[in-house]
Amino acid sequence: MSDAAIHARGLTKRFGDFTAVDHIDLDVRPGEIFGFLGANGAGKTTAIKMFIGLLKPTEGEASVAGFDVYRKSASIRRHIGYMSQRFSLYNDLTVLENIRFYGGVYGLRRKELEQRGDEMIAHLGLEQHKDTRLSELPLGWKQKLAFSVALIHDPRIVFLDEPTGGVDPITRRQFWEMIYAAADRGITVFVTTHYMDEAEYCHRVSIMVDGVMAACATPEELKRQFSAASMDEVFYQLARAGQRTE
Amino acid sequence: MRTVLHMLRKEFLQIFRNKGMLPIIFVAPIVQLLVLVHAADFEVRNVRLMVNDMDGSPTSRALIDRFGASERFQVTVTHCCFEKGMAALDAGATDAFLRIPVGFEQDLRRSMHGSLMLDLNGVDGQFASLVLLYSRSIIGNEQVDLMQRLHGLRDAPKPPVDAIPRFWYNLGMDYKNLMVPGLLAVLVTLVGMFLSSMNIVREKEIGTIEQINVTPIRKWQFILGKLLPFWFISLFLLAIGLALGKLFFHIPIEGSVLLLFAFAGVYLWVTLGMGLFISTVSDTQQQSMFLSWFFLVIFVLLSGLFTPIENMPHWAQVITWFDPVSYFVQVIRLVLLKGSSAMDIARHFGIVVLYAAAINGLAVMNYRKRA
Repeated sequence: MSDAAIHARGLTKRFGDFTAVDHIDLDVRPGEIFGFLGANGAGKTTAIKMFIGLLKPTEGEASVAGFDVYRKSASIRRHIGYMSQRFSLYNDLTVLENIRFYGGVYGLRRKELEQRGDEMIAHLGLEQHKDTRLSELPLGWKQKLAFSVALIHDPRIVFLDEPTGGVDPITRRQFWEMIYAAADRGITVFVTTHYMDEAEYCHRVSIMVDGVMAACATPEELKRQFSAASMDEVFYQLARAGQRTE
Repeated sequence: MRTVLHMLRKEFLQIFRNKGMLPIIFVAPIVQLLVLVHAADFEVRNVRLMVNDMDGSPTSRALIDRFGASERFQVTVTHCCFEKGMAALDAGATDAFLRIPVGFEQDLRRSMHGSLMLDLNGVDGQFASLVLLYSRSIIGNEQVDLMQRLHGLRDAPKPPVDAIPRFWYNLGMDYKNLMVPGLLAVLVTLVGMFLSSMNIVREKEIGTIEQINVTPIRKWQFILGKLLPFWFISLFLLAIGLALGKLFFHIPIEGSVLLLFAFAGVYLWVTLGMGLFISTVSDTQQQSMFLSWFFLVIFVLLSGLFTPIENMPHWAQVITWFDPVSYFVQVIRLVLLKGSSAMDIARHFGIVVLYAAAINGLAVMNYRKRA
């Protein structure tokens, strides 16, 4: 087993006749910000779900934080954070209640919980809204809170599935500052996105087309390889070859 | 265990914050109890009776008077031809049509035997049979007087055999004593099953279940955290319902309330397990509601709440063995009305324990497979 944060060899998921993820190989280094790109339906979410233990792979090997995805999914869960496409905090609970619930579920003690909660609220500038229900907060704030909550237990790896969908450019910028801050603390960030400017922020990116890993390198290398001026062009050249559409 | 406590705190916060759900949990069952008890009144009063007195004799008039004097009957017309009477029955303008043939009195005098014809609206069989029962008892009483008058007997002849009924455990035959406990059983079942299934499916709908599934929280902790609140709420409703029943309907509480709650505590795991099972096969709250509804209608109709199980055809009785609600309806009536002890309901206890184990096992297996 390698010491990669996320490791996959020939990882495959089939649903009946449909091969959603087709023999992908992947090594994400600890502390890396890894962009996981692909058109809608390319198989990104399926791959993530296999890494975080929501789906059992059909074949291939994979490990996350050094734990095998087939046998050690409980250990994996303690060491990862996850933020899904759909907003996953409770809209009918307040900021503080959400933090307490998720912190508690991750086994934080009362003292830790209070300290972590206060820090997080101060850091997000939500002091005045800590007793506000999430349903009353704007989406951008909620997404930032969701990201912070995904990090509440100091995970080794955090999986972000389109975290910036539907938020304004300023918030997106702030969001990426938070991602960099997390990477500086040594947390590996595995992020999917449809924004190619965000792809440029990643240390390395991979592009999936029809369930297959079509490319994997730094943004600079990819641009050189495809003689493109931007990641946008790289993505367009690769994704256009894809057959699957939603 | 601490994880379960975190789950419980979150659930209670959400339940008590849900302004749409709170009245359904607490107000609706209580209102239903207070109102439905009256709707399920099986006593028959003010039966509209049309009579065609073709005899016109003192005897026939005395019989009609006796009907009129009874609080059960309301004699609307005394001389009504056959066609009119049957038309009224067809139109629903009368509930019963009594025909006294020509020569009724004469027949009685001559052969001590006369016939009456009674047409009943049999659409509601239970109602019709009660009307028949009342009519027979009125005619029977009149018979005794008749014999005296016609044959000049000083002492009324008594029928050779007379059964004197005494309705044990419900002396006054008060239907409320039967209905309040039964309805309570059904309402508590309803809350447990509907709300628990909807609550779990809601997490699926809003997508938070995916987040929960990647946390270290174990499935049993999640399930327990989801079901326990409704266990408490259901028991609380049972307590409220009993208090209201005592206060408003003066239902007897002969047996041990503790025993009743012990049974309910076990029984509720059957309804909560059903809720859990339904939630595993539903993706939306609508789906879970339809499924809960489907099962509940069958369970309630076969529970013996409205119609005694003993009166059902054998095959239907066999189905009731698998109806958890029927056990709770029986036990709550046995304990409250008859004062049954733990030994008396041991069989019910055993069955409900088995049922709870089976349904929860099935639900948890299904839950693991799908989530």
